[in-house]
Amino acid sequence: MPVVQDLAFWVLSVVAIAAALGVVLVKDLFRSALLLAVVFISVAGFFVLLSAEFLAVVQVLIYVGAISVLFIFGIMLTRNVREGNVPNRLQIPAVMCASLLLVGMIAAAINTDWRPIPEAAAQMVDAAQTQSVAGPPAGASSSGYAEQDTGLAELLIADFVLPFEAVSLLLLAALIGGLALARSRGS
Amino acid sequence: MSLESMLVVAAVLFAIGLYGALARSNVIAVLMSIEIMFNAVNLTVVAFSRYVAPLALRQEIGSVLTGQVFAIFIITVAAAEIALGLGIVFAMYRHTESVSLTEANQLRH
Repeated sequence: MPVVQDLAFWVLSVVAIAAALGVVLVKDLFRSALLLAVVFISVAGFFVLLSAEFLAVVQVLIYVGAISVLFIFGIMLTRNVREGNVPNRLQIPAVMCASLLLVGMIAAAINTDWRPIPEAAAQMVDAAQTQSVAGPPAGASSSGYAEQDTGLAELLIADFVLPFEAVSLLLLAALIGGLALARSRGS
Repeated sequence: MSLESMLVVAAVLFAIGLYGALARSNVIAVLMSIEIMFNAVNLTVVAFSRYVAPLALRQEIGSVLTGQVFAIFIITVAAAEIALGLGIVFAMYRHTESVSLTEANQLRH
Protein backbone atom coordinates (compact mmCIF):
# COMPACT_ATOMS: atom_id res chain seq x y z
CA MET A 1 0.00 0.00 0.00
CA PRO A 2 2.77 2.53 0.74
CA VAL A 3 4.23 1.76 -2.70
CA VAL A 4 0.96 2.70 -4.35
CA GLN A 5 0.81 5.88 -2.29
CA ASP A 6 4.37 6.81 -3.23
CA LEU A 7 3.68 6.18 -6.90
CA ALA A 8 0.50 8.30 -6.74
CA PHE A 9 2.44 11.02 -4.94
CA TRP A 10 5.16 11.21 -7.59
CA VAL A 11 2.71 11.16 -10.49
CA LEU A 12 0.61 13.87 -8.84
CA SER A 13 3.64 16.06 -8.09
CA VAL A 14 4.96 15.84 -11.65
CA VAL A 15 1.51 16.64 -13.07
CA ALA A 16 0.91 19.51 -10.62
CA ILE A 17 4.28 21.18 -11.16
CA ALA A 18 4.22 20.76 -14.93
CA ALA A 19 0.68 22.17 -15.14
CA ALA A 20 1.57 25.08 -12.84
CA LEU A 21 4.58 25.91 -15.02
CA GLY A 22 2.25 25.75 -18.00
CA VAL A 23 -0.16 28.20 -16.36
CA VAL A 24 2.51 30.86 -15.97
CA LEU A 25 4.42 30.19 -19.20
CA VAL A 26 1.87 29.31 -21.90
CA LYS A 27 1.07 32.25 -24.12
CA ASP A 28 -2.58 31.42 -24.78
CA LEU A 29 -4.59 32.49 -21.72
CA PHE A 30 -7.41 30.06 -22.44
CA ARG A 31 -4.99 27.12 -22.33
CA SER A 32 -3.48 28.34 -19.11
CA ALA A 33 -6.96 28.45 -17.56
CA LEU A 34 -7.45 24.80 -18.57
CA LEU A 35 -4.03 23.93 -17.12
CA LEU A 36 -5.08 25.71 -13.93
CA ALA A 37 -7.95 23.23 -13.64
CA VAL A 38 -5.37 20.43 -13.92
CA VAL A 39 -3.41 21.99 -11.03
CA PHE A 40 -6.61 22.12 -8.95
CA ILE A 41 -7.44 18.48 -9.69
CA SER A 42 -3.98 17.28 -8.74
CA VAL A 43 -4.14 19.26 -5.48
CA ALA A 44 -7.43 17.44 -4.82
CA GLY A 45 -5.49 14.21 -5.37
CA PHE A 46 -2.94 15.32 -2.78
CA PHE A 47 -5.80 15.92 -0.35
CA VAL A 48 -7.00 12.35 -0.89
CA LEU A 49 -3.47 11.11 -0.23
CA LEU A 50 -3.44 13.10 3.02
CA SER A 51 -6.76 11.45 3.94
CA ALA A 52 -8.66 14.74 3.73
CA GLU A 53 -11.43 13.43 1.53
CA PHE A 54 -13.96 16.13 2.38
CA LEU A 55 -11.48 18.81 1.35
CA ALA A 56 -10.82 16.96 -1.89
CA VAL A 57 -14.52 17.06 -2.71
CA VAL A 58 -14.72 20.74 -1.75
CA GLN A 59 -11.67 21.44 -3.89
CA VAL A 60 -13.22 19.80 -6.95
CA LEU A 61 -16.58 21.51 -6.41
CA ILE A 62 -15.33 25.02 -5.71
CA TYR A 63 -12.05 25.30 -7.58
CA VAL A 64 -12.58 23.06 -10.58
CA GLY A 65 -16.32 23.64 -10.80
CA ALA A 66 -16.65 27.32 -9.97
CA ILE A 67 -13.36 29.21 -10.03
CA SER A 68 -12.03 27.67 -13.27
CA VAL A 69 -15.31 28.48 -14.99
CA LEU A 70 -15.14 32.04 -13.64
CA PHE A 71 -11.65 32.41 -15.06
CA ILE A 72 -12.71 31.06 -18.44
CA PHE A 73 -15.62 33.52 -18.46
CA GLY A 74 -13.23 36.30 -17.58
CA ILE A 75 -10.84 35.39 -20.37
CA MET A 76 -13.64 35.08 -22.91
CA LEU A 77 -15.15 38.44 -21.93
CA THR A 78 -11.87 40.37 -21.97
CA ARG A 79 -10.24 38.47 -24.80
CA ASN A 80 -7.44 40.45 -26.29
CA VAL A 81 -6.23 38.61 -29.34
CA ARG A 82 -3.15 40.63 -30.08
CA GLU A 83 -1.68 40.54 -26.58
CA GLY A 84 -2.22 37.15 -24.98
CA ASN A 85 -0.24 36.31 -21.86
CA VAL A 86 2.63 38.74 -22.27
CA PRO A 87 5.36 39.04 -19.65
CA ASN A 88 6.11 42.43 -18.20
CA ARG A 89 9.52 44.06 -17.78
CA LEU A 90 10.21 42.51 -14.39
CA GLN A 91 11.35 39.08 -15.66
CA ILE A 92 14.75 38.90 -13.98
CA PRO A 93 13.72 40.32 -10.57
CA ALA A 94 10.70 38.01 -10.57
CA VAL A 95 12.78 34.91 -11.33
CA MET A 96 15.34 35.88 -8.69
CA CYS A 97 12.70 36.63 -6.06
CA ALA A 98 10.81 33.37 -6.68
CA SER A 99 13.90 31.18 -6.77
CA LEU A 100 15.41 32.75 -3.64
CA LEU A 101 12.14 32.15 -1.81
CA LEU A 102 12.01 28.60 -3.18
CA VAL A 103 15.53 27.81 -1.96
CA GLY A 104 14.74 29.26 1.46
CA MET A 105 11.48 27.34 1.80
CA ILE A 106 13.02 24.03 0.70
CA ALA A 107 15.96 24.48 3.07
CA ALA A 108 13.58 25.22 5.93
CA ALA A 109 11.34 22.27 5.07
CA ILE A 110 14.22 19.80 4.92
CA ASN A 111 16.40 21.06 7.76
CA THR A 112 13.72 21.56 10.38
CA ASP A 113 13.01 18.70 12.72
CA TRP A 114 9.24 18.60 12.44
CA ARG A 115 8.85 15.67 14.83
CA PRO A 116 5.94 14.03 12.99
CA ILE A 117 3.61 11.88 15.02
CA PRO A 118 4.44 8.15 15.06
CA GLU A 119 3.02 5.96 12.37
CA ALA A 120 0.48 4.21 14.62
CA ALA A 121 -0.98 7.57 15.64
CA ALA A 122 -0.93 8.62 12.00
CA GLN A 123 -3.06 5.61 11.16
CA MET A 124 -5.56 6.72 13.80
CA VAL A 125 -5.53 10.22 12.37
CA ASP A 126 -6.25 8.74 8.94
CA ALA A 127 -9.10 6.69 10.35
CA ALA A 128 -10.60 9.66 12.19
CA GLN A 129 -10.33 11.95 9.18
CA THR A 130 -11.87 9.41 6.83
CA GLN A 131 -14.56 8.57 9.34
CA SER A 132 -15.60 12.18 9.64
CA VAL A 133 -16.62 12.01 5.99
CA ALA A 134 -17.60 8.42 5.35
CA GLY A 135 -19.15 7.60 8.71
CA PRO A 136 -17.94 4.87 11.08
CA PRO A 137 -16.83 1.61 9.52
CA ALA A 138 -19.39 -1.18 9.58
CA GLY A 139 -19.56 -2.93 12.93
CA ALA A 140 -17.48 -0.32 14.72
CA SER A 141 -20.31 2.02 15.65
CA SER A 142 -20.43 0.82 19.22
CA SER A 143 -16.74 1.45 19.88
CA GLY A 144 -15.77 4.35 22.11
CA TYR A 145 -14.42 7.08 19.94
CA ALA A 146 -16.85 6.60 17.09
CA GLU A 147 -19.51 8.41 19.10
CA GLN A 148 -17.51 11.41 20.15
CA ASP A 149 -16.09 11.97 16.68
CA THR A 150 -18.48 14.14 14.73
CA GLY A 151 -15.79 15.57 12.53
CA LEU A 152 -15.58 18.80 10.62
CA ALA A 153 -19.20 19.85 11.10
CA GLU A 154 -18.95 20.06 14.87
CA LEU A 155 -15.61 21.88 14.69
CA LEU A 156 -17.05 24.41 12.27
CA ILE A 157 -20.19 25.25 14.22
CA ALA A 158 -18.85 24.80 17.75
CA ASP A 159 -15.17 25.64 18.19
CA PHE A 160 -14.83 27.87 15.15
CA VAL A 161 -18.25 29.49 15.16
CA LEU A 162 -16.92 33.06 15.27
CA PRO A 163 -14.62 32.68 12.24
CA PHE A 164 -17.49 30.86 10.55
CA GLU A 165 -19.81 33.84 11.07
CA ALA A 166 -17.08 36.26 10.00
CA VAL A 167 -16.57 34.31 6.79
CA SER A 168 -20.28 34.31 6.06
CA LEU A 169 -20.31 38.08 6.56
CA LEU A 170 -17.34 38.31 4.19
CA LEU A 171 -19.21 36.29 1.57
CA LEU A 172 -22.23 38.58 1.91
CA ALA A 173 -19.98 41.63 1.51
CA ALA A 174 -18.33 40.04 -1.54
CA LEU A 175 -21.77 39.35 -3.04
CA ILE A 176 -22.90 42.95 -2.61
CA GLY A 177 -19.53 44.29 -3.75
CA GLY A 178 -19.57 42.11 -6.84
CA LEU A 179 -23.06 43.34 -7.72
CA ALA A 180 -22.02 46.96 -7.21
CA LEU A 181 -18.93 46.50 -9.37
CA ALA A 182 -20.69 44.66 -12.17
CA ARG A 183 -23.65 47.06 -12.37
CA SER A 184 -23.30 49.25 -15.40
CA ARG A 185 -23.50 52.98 -14.95
CA GLY A 186 -26.86 54.70 -15.01
CA SER A 187 -28.98 51.60 -14.51
CA MET B 1 5.63 10.14 0.76
CA SER B 2 6.59 12.09 3.85
CA LEU B 3 5.93 15.49 5.36
CA GLU B 4 9.10 16.91 3.81
CA SER B 5 8.28 15.80 0.27
CA MET B 6 4.79 17.25 0.60
CA LEU B 7 6.23 20.55 1.84
CA VAL B 8 8.74 20.66 -1.02
CA VAL B 9 6.01 20.16 -3.62
CA ALA B 10 3.93 22.90 -2.01
CA ALA B 11 6.98 25.20 -1.94
CA VAL B 12 7.62 24.63 -5.66
CA LEU B 13 3.97 25.37 -6.45
CA PHE B 14 4.12 28.53 -4.34
CA ALA B 15 7.29 29.74 -6.05
CA ILE B 16 5.80 29.14 -9.50
CA GLY B 17 2.72 31.11 -8.47
CA LEU B 18 4.87 33.92 -7.10
CA TYR B 19 6.84 34.12 -10.34
CA GLY B 20 3.61 34.24 -12.32
CA ALA B 21 2.11 36.93 -10.08
CA LEU B 22 5.21 39.09 -10.41
CA ALA B 23 6.11 38.61 -14.06
CA ARG B 24 2.82 38.63 -15.97
CA SER B 25 1.15 41.78 -17.14
CA ASN B 26 -2.35 40.42 -17.75
CA VAL B 27 -4.57 40.84 -14.68
CA ILE B 28 -6.32 37.52 -15.16
CA ALA B 29 -2.99 35.68 -15.42
CA VAL B 30 -1.92 37.32 -12.16
CA LEU B 31 -5.16 36.22 -10.48
CA MET B 32 -4.59 32.66 -11.69
CA SER B 33 -1.07 32.68 -10.25
CA ILE B 34 -2.47 33.87 -6.93
CA GLU B 35 -4.86 30.91 -6.97
CA ILE B 36 -1.87 28.56 -7.40
CA MET B 37 -0.28 30.16 -4.34
CA PHE B 38 -3.50 29.69 -2.31
CA ASN B 39 -3.52 26.02 -3.28
CA ALA B 40 0.09 25.57 -2.21
CA VAL B 41 -0.71 27.08 1.20
CA ASN B 42 -3.73 24.80 1.57
CA LEU B 43 -1.56 21.81 0.79
CA THR B 44 0.92 22.85 3.48
CA VAL B 45 -1.79 23.35 6.10
CA VAL B 46 -3.40 19.99 5.43
CA ALA B 47 -0.03 18.22 5.38
CA PHE B 48 0.85 19.68 8.77
CA SER B 49 -2.50 18.66 10.23
CA ARG B 50 -1.93 15.12 8.96
CA TYR B 51 1.69 14.68 10.06
CA VAL B 52 2.31 16.99 13.04
CA ALA B 53 -0.86 17.40 15.03
CA PRO B 54 0.10 19.35 18.17
CA LEU B 55 0.64 17.36 21.32
CA ALA B 56 -2.42 18.66 23.16
CA LEU B 57 -4.66 17.82 20.25
CA ARG B 58 -3.50 14.22 20.04
CA GLN B 59 -5.50 13.30 23.12
CA GLU B 60 -8.76 13.91 21.38
CA ILE B 61 -8.81 12.27 18.01
CA GLY B 62 -11.50 14.50 16.53
CA SER B 63 -9.42 17.63 17.00
CA VAL B 64 -6.82 16.61 14.44
CA LEU B 65 -9.18 18.06 11.86
CA THR B 66 -8.32 21.64 12.86
CA GLY B 67 -5.94 22.06 9.92
CA GLN B 68 -8.68 21.09 7.53
CA VAL B 69 -10.97 23.73 9.05
CA PHE B 70 -8.24 26.30 8.33
CA ALA B 71 -8.09 25.06 4.75
CA ILE B 72 -11.86 25.45 4.39
CA PHE B 73 -11.64 29.07 5.57
CA ILE B 74 -8.78 29.73 3.12
CA ILE B 75 -10.86 28.29 0.26
CA THR B 76 -13.81 30.49 1.20
CA VAL B 77 -11.74 33.66 1.36
CA ALA B 78 -10.06 32.76 -1.93
CA ALA B 79 -13.44 32.34 -3.59
CA ALA B 80 -14.62 35.74 -2.34
CA GLU B 81 -11.34 37.31 -3.44
CA ILE B 82 -11.57 35.87 -6.94
CA ALA B 83 -15.18 36.99 -7.37
CA LEU B 84 -14.33 40.56 -6.39
CA GLY B 85 -11.07 40.52 -8.37
CA LEU B 86 -12.83 39.50 -11.57
CA GLY B 87 -15.51 42.13 -10.91
CA ILE B 88 -12.79 44.78 -10.72
CA VAL B 89 -11.17 43.39 -13.88
CA PHE B 90 -14.47 43.69 -15.76
CA ALA B 91 -15.01 47.23 -14.53
CA MET B 92 -11.48 48.11 -15.62
CA TYR B 93 -11.99 46.48 -19.02
CA ARG B 94 -15.23 48.40 -19.57
CA HIS B 95 -13.43 51.60 -18.73
CA THR B 96 -10.11 51.25 -20.52
CA GLU B 97 -10.65 48.37 -22.99
CA SER B 98 -7.54 46.70 -21.59
CA VAL B 99 -6.62 44.14 -18.95
CA SER B 100 -2.93 44.94 -18.89
CA LEU B 101 -1.50 45.85 -15.50
CA THR B 102 1.11 48.13 -17.04
CA GLU B 103 -1.66 50.31 -18.46
CA ALA B 104 -3.73 50.38 -15.28
CA ASN B 105 -2.61 53.57 -13.63
CA GLN B 106 -5.74 55.18 -12.23
CA LEU B 107 -8.35 54.28 -9.66
CA ARG B 108 -10.88 56.81 -10.93
CA HIS B 109 -13.90 55.49 -12.79
